[in-house]
Amino acid sequence: MSGIHAQFRLDWPGFTLDVDLQLPATGVTALFGHSGSGKTTLLRCMAGLERAPQGRLTINGDVWQDATHWLQTFKRPLGYVFQEASLFAHLSVRGNLRYGMKRVKDTQRVSLEQAIELLGIGHLLDRKPDLLSGGERQRVAIARALAVSPRLLLMDEPLAALDLKRKREILPYLERLHDELEIPIIYVSHSPDEVARLADYIVAMEDGRALAQGPLAETLTRVDLPIRIGEDTCAVLEASIGAIDTQWHLARVDFSGGSLWFRDPGLPVGRKVRVRVFARDVSLSRQTPEQSSIQNVLAGTVEAIGEDEHPGLAVVRLRIGNVKLLARLTRRAVAELCLEAEQEIWVQVKSVALME
Amino acid sequence: MLLSGSDLQAIWLTLRLASIVTLILLVLGTPIAWWLSRTRTRWKGAIGAVVALPLVLPPSVLGFYLLLAMGPYGPVGHLTKALGIGPLPFTFEGLVIASVFYSLPFMVQPLQNAFESIGDRPLEVAATLRASRLDTFFTVAIPLALPGFLTASILTFAHTVGEFGVVLMIGGNIPGVTRVASVQIYDHVEALEYTQAHHLSAIMLIFSFLVLLTLYAWRPNPKRGA
Repeated sequence: MSGIHAQFRLDWPGFTLDVDLQLPATGVTALFGHSGSGKTTLLRCMAGLERAPQGRLTINGDVWQDATHWLQTFKRPLGYVFQEASLFAHLSVRGNLRYGMKRVKDTQRVSLEQAIELLGIGHLLDRKPDLLSGGERQRVAIARALAVSPRLLLMDEPLAALDLKRKREILPYLERLHDELEIPIIYVSHSPDEVARLADYIVAMEDGRALAQGPLAETLTRVDLPIRIGEDTCAVLEASIGAIDTQWHLARVDFSGGSLWFRDPGLPVGRKVRVRVFARDVSLSRQTPEQSSIQNVLAGTVEAIGEDEHPGLAVVRLRIGNVKLLARLTRRAVAELCLEAEQEIWVQVKSVALME
Repeated sequence: MLLSGSDLQAIWLTLRLASIVTLILLVLGTPIAWWLSRTRTRWKGAIGAVVALPLVLPPSVLGFYLLLAMGPYGPVGHLTKALGIGPLPFTFEGLVIASVFYSLPFMVQPLQNAFESIGDRPLEVAATLRASRLDTFFTVAIPLALPGFLTASILTFAHTVGEFGVVLMIGGNIPGVTRVASVQIYDHVEALEYTQAHHLSAIMLIFSFLVLLTLYAWRPNPKRGA
């Protein structure tokens, strides 16, 4: 039986966690929600750091918790990255990395060298944690969690305690984990940006419950469920660089159903990329738009119209080939264009954000 | 020669007593301090108060009760008699046991503070790195609390050296067995031997100052939130 089945119920004064989730055993699953939504508590329950009186957790068929038994944290083959790096102050970087590694009895699937290389910390090994920058510490903490060859990697907002510059420093390493290791990762975050960049699967949490879950692209473009991210409302496309226009410094990304031009990021033709199209950058037109500054025009179909947080705005889901885009329009525009489901429409995309 | 033979004997006895008591309390006090720093039981307050009692109790009161307990008609006295050891008062062993009680808070409280200041996080991290609780205690808690161990040991040692009331109640004044430095000073003054009292007192004064100097001058760098 593959996959992760996590079912927990926990009652605290003023907070109840009640989830029953079936998660994929590969890739990055984001637990997404505002602070207080229960995502960290859920992660701690999975790690055994919190003991939910009623719960069941199986990882690829291995039972970590059910009605009759409960595996202590140190017996669970997991890796855990806390929000603050929490390195052992009395050990060097090397000592920190070895701490978990030398206690693992089953076969090592991630070598120490591999963990060090993946996170780029080879030059830090002999230092003490208090001589590292915040970003370096968090990279060591991630490598330390990897070095135990976990069968499940749990990450609790590993970037939240860092400033923007440090975040940018670490994100590429996280993307490498995603691409190069076959360890399922559960990633807690309240940042739409991180989720859009890293996740394959998303669970939206609110008040201790899972509001919605599903593959990232599909779930982000649902208009019926309130994953309220306002200005960040977007669709995510898996695409590749199709062509480069050297004269105008533009690149074309191709996805199933169309292509879009945007400023050349300097990547080679053929490179797989993940791009984000913000709903605020998408506009609609009934006629073929001509002589417009927006040169990306696609033929699409209206699928659904949903509510936005703001009463003056609506979110429209569009189908272009097999992909979905979202457009954020005023309700007046929706009324004046007489938009309705299954209507053919011209979709103008002002810009595309590359996530790499 | 500044010090007489009996003065040296008293100093040697004092150092021996303080060393043994410190070692015993390291073994006994560590688990008590760890338990007090981790427990959520409602008895925590009461047990903490019992441990702290020697801080405020007059040493003669503590000595009196210990004397009763260890005497031939006390519970400890019955036990030692049954074991064939004989009564403990007026022996070095009796003095060690009394001093362990007397100095207990000086070991437990700094250790408890040190353990509490570690927080839960390093222990949770260790659990996610496959370390059992016992393993975590020895490889994370003790190393991180090491400055606390040093403070606690120095305080316990120094406090035992300065003990007077309990010694008089339990041990009396037997040369080479229970006559420690502080009692020796008292004897010198009683006998109007002020010169000898001066010398021994000066040594105790310097010793105490050096102990405190070590403690206050030596401060570990505050950890930058690693």
